[in-house]
Amino acid sequence: MSNHDSHSAEHHHDAIAEIKKVTIILSVLTIVELILGFWMIGITSEGMRLAIKGVIVILMMAKAFYIVAYFMHLKHEIKNFIMTVIVPLALFIWFIIAFLSDGNSFRNLRNTYDPHFKEQSTIKVEEKHHGATHEATEKHEAGAAEKHEATEKHEAAH
Amino acid sequence: MSNVTTASSEAKWWGGGKSPFNVEYGKVMMWYFLMSDAFTFGAFLISYGTVRFSTNGWPDPNKVFKSFPFAPEGVNAPLVFVSIMTFILIVSSVTMVLAVHAGKMMDKKGVVRNMIWTIIGGIAFLSCQAWEWNHLHHEGAWWGVNPFINADGTASSTNFTNFFFTITGFHGFHVFSGVVINIVMLIMTLMNKFEERGHYLMIEKAGLYWHFVDLVWVFVFTCFYLL
Repeated sequence: MSNHDSHSAEHHHDAIAEIKKVTIILSVLTIVELILGFWMIGITSEGMRLAIKGVIVILMMAKAFYIVAYFMHLKHEIKNFIMTVIVPLALFIWFIIAFLSDGNSFRNLRNTYDPHFKEQSTIKVEEKHHGATHEATEKHEAGAAEKHEATEKHEAAH
Repeated sequence: MSNVTTASSEAKWWGGGKSPFNVEYGKVMMWYFLMSDAFTFGAFLISYGTVRFSTNGWPDPNKVFKSFPFAPEGVNAPLVFVSIMTFILIVSSVTMVLAVHAGKMMDKKGVVRNMIWTIIGGIAFLSCQAWEWNHLHHEGAWWGVNPFINADGTASSTNFTNFFFTITGFHGFHVFSGVVINIVMLIMTLMNKFEERGHYLMIEKAGLYWHFVDLVWVFVFTCFYLL
């Protein structure tokens, strides 16, 4: 009996240690994701943004692995069972490649053959919602005033 | 796990007279339900990705999700509120694991305490989401209306808000059902139902569902707020 108790106490200790470890890993991964997110705000280079997004996706997959493997306990199940869950989900690899490249191809086709679509994505518009509208109008007015001044200067020079 | 993967033991598992999955029926079915649910969420998120890939411009999430409760109008705090929501869900997932573990130890008090924390976490997450939806609605965003322009300054379509409200709404509905399930489990624990049965397997099944909700949020959060 005492042997059984000490065994279960050991198991208890191991399980709690695992939960603690996974909690720390998940928190660290989330914090790194957020740091990358904040960092990305100031970056304009398209290639650099894409690289950061790639890293974020990898971190996201790592978080998913830790949740499924340890919190949902799948890693401790029998391999037969793990396979019945994981193998069907492998379809997602194909879904993601197929659908995203389809979307990308559709964009390229529209940019090539649909002049309206292409034009729409080059015309700048002003923000509609309140707060920002006010700022935009001010900017616009300031721009007009500058122009006006420039015209005056131009006329004066004449 | 590795000791059952050799050829000889595989034959043993499928040779009859043994349970090849060695998992309780209800847990197997919960896993299969969650797998089907993963396909539903996957379909939503992939269609969002497809539409985003087929469009030239898209709104900048850091300009859309930048406000915070009780903060002054026009505050610029991108990612702050959503990080709090993410951590609430992670913490509630941890308390759920602790409840499942307490159940395995037949520790009723531990189950009750951790289930209460999990329920509080779920309600806190739902409240955050309700605030965010309400705030966006006040800014003029809803299904079919999108007040936010694209990051490059061009006119946006309503795809952004449609996908955002549909997918976060579907996830929020899952969180809500999870909270209801957890409350039912808490009541059953308090009524000594699981003590009478001699096991806390129902807590494990509710736990699987709750972790799945957290798992989906990992994807939704990344796709809408970070990418």
